[in-house]
Amino acid sequence: MTDLASPTVRVSTRPAETRRDIGIKRRYAAERRFRVYGISAITLGLLFLALLLSTVVSNGYTAFLQTTITLPIEFSEKVIDPKNERSTDAKQLMTANYPLLVRDALVKQLGLDATKRPQVKQATDMVSASARTQLRDMVVADPSIIGKTVPVTLLAEANIDSAFKGQIDLSVAETNRKVKDQQVAWMNQLADAGVLKKSFNTGIFSFGASSRPEAAGVGVALIGSLYMMLIVLVLSLPIGVAASIYLEEFAPKNRLTDLIEVNINNLAAVPSIVYGLLGLAVFINFAGMPRSAALVGGFVLTLMTLPTIIIATRAALKAVPPSIRSAALGLGASKMQTIFHHVLPLAMPGILTGTIIGLAHALGETAPLLLIGMVAFVVDFPGSPLEPSTALPVQIYMWANEAERAFVERTSGAIIILLIFLVFMNLGAILLRRRFERRW
Amino acid sequence: MSEAAVEKALDQKMNTVPLKMIGKDVSVYYGEKRALFDVNLNIRENTVTALIGPSGCGKSTFLRTLNRMNDTIENCRVTGRITLDEDDIYDPSIDVVELRARVGMVFQKPNPFPKSIYENVSYGPRIHGLARSKADFDEVVETSLQKAGLWNEVKDRLQEPGTGLSGGQQQRLCIARAVAVSPEVILMDEPCSALDPIATAKVEELIHELRANFTIVIVTHSMQQAARVSQRTAMFHLGNLVEENDTDKMFTNPDDQRTQDYIMGRFG
Repeated sequence: MTDLASPTVRVSTRPAETRRDIGIKRRYAAERRFRVYGISAITLGLLFLALLLSTVVSNGYTAFLQTTITLPIEFSEKVIDPKNERSTDAKQLMTANYPLLVRDALVKQLGLDATKRPQVKQATDMVSASARTQLRDMVVADPSIIGKTVPVTLLAEANIDSAFKGQIDLSVAETNRKVKDQQVAWMNQLADAGVLKKSFNTGIFSFGASSRPEAAGVGVALIGSLYMMLIVLVLSLPIGVAASIYLEEFAPKNRLTDLIEVNINNLAAVPSIVYGLLGLAVFINFAGMPRSAALVGGFVLTLMTLPTIIIATRAALKAVPPSIRSAALGLGASKMQTIFHHVLPLAMPGILTGTIIGLAHALGETAPLLLIGMVAFVVDFPGSPLEPSTALPVQIYMWANEAERAFVERTSGAIIILLIFLVFMNLGAILLRRRFERRW
Repeated sequence: MSEAAVEKALDQKMNTVPLKMIGKDVSVYYGEKRALFDVNLNIRENTVTALIGPSGCGKSTFLRTLNRMNDTIENCRVTGRITLDEDDIYDPSIDVVELRARVGMVFQKPNPFPKSIYENVSYGPRIHGLARSKADFDEVVETSLQKAGLWNEVKDRLQEPGTGLSGGQQQRLCIARAVAVSPEVILMDEPCSALDPIATAKVEELIHELRANFTIVIVTHSMQQAARVSQRTAMFHLGNLVEENDTDKMFTNPDDQRTQDYIMGRFG
């Protein structure tokens, strides 16, 4: 054992001037600089993300609230069916003058003089014109309601809705704004009486397209997007994975496969609108499929997603260690067995990640859908992927083109819904990954 | 009969044991490059044959021709004739899957499947249909692990991942996995190069025991290992078979000067 403290042991000395300059300080400075670059890049990214999210949320959260007016509506037989023809003429209940019921209830509520037409018109303008269909549907569903007085919650007209949410600048001259002073006064009167109030807007999820903001929703777009995602998933995952396995594991490496590989990489970079043109030419003009249909949209998005999935899957297959293949082959497993029993399960997390990235990309895609006619005013829910529908990003695009204040908040509201849809998809992907990764 | 007696009997039989595999004029090309030059090497039944030689001499290449693992390498071409019993293994009528069920392999780096220990061992019998019922599988797993000397260490955790074992245990698991298919020949490509001396000793002991039931060909970089585990040794150099002889003779009085130099550590 050596003992450093013992006087018999000499420790070598080294004069300071013999120390070489090997640039230690410079190296550490470079490292610090690099870290600063990295941190500032991430901070900048986070800042923009926060800015984006806060703008969208602050603009859009009001879209999830809707002003409603609850009025005791008297379903007067005199108005709905003055000649008592409803048992013989089915049309009678469909064509009755329902707005009159709303007018009467409102006049009564506000204590107006029913003969002063302009004033009454201003009052009835506060209620959405969708009240007509709402009351009609109630009566058609249950004709026994005629003759009774029932409290009905009606949508407020979009401008009243905006005014009640404080989005309209009341200091502007009355002639320059859509909400008149008298209407504001009534609005406050109704609000004080508890008749007019804000409540959660279920309509934005369930309504289809409408030119009246208060009656417009992303319901049809949600269903359309859902159909398309299912079609994309069902088509692109098996096709993409099968193509990747063949190219990666079975195909001979020659000019032809090189060419295919280059083409797949190029296709991944082709602008999406080109896929829209392709879909228009092939699926609609040549194959005669219906326009605006989620089926065609799904096909187009499948074509667009395939290269992404193939590239991700091939990368995942390549990343499986060759020792696993050797182990299986050495045991006498056939190539098929090696791939399906060992390689594919290990590549699964990577494949799923690629697929979800592709799907998320497809979900947010607008341009190709415009070309196949999915930018449409669709009021009714599509019963199948063959019926006309729209998609979430297309709905956002259409609402962004509208002028009304109420559509501004709805645009942001739809963006929030799209983001939530995406978050759920990614969540599903993460859960699936976990499931596969847990098998080591 | 005592173990030593069995040993002796086996050693005496040495020169009369039948040939399990015969390699005649075996050459291997990787594209334009020739890796093996007309190798003539016979593998005796129930014998451990060690292949030694400096890196890149072709010993692993030769080993991999014996179960056609070279097939998986692009541009790899094998000429000559290799027989297993009486079958030419490169004959088109021989299925490579069947061949590999008869000639198993253990690799340099332990490569258990990322599955449970049980599944690792039962995989081979399952794909080859060697076991049907749960009881059959249980039995083949137990006997294979016992043959690989791993049973006592893992019998209580068969459902745990094989990748969670230590390096030496993983390698013995790979041996158990190869044994489970009941091959006739087991090829080992530097099976101990990634293991510590204690794990190496266990694997060597295991090779010794396996010799009674299997024909073993082992590639090794360790001269001591070759001397310890093998009865026959073949020395490769630059793609040529330099010398093939009884291990005892090889390490005491080799015929070829190059073997002498390599064993003495003068090159390699």
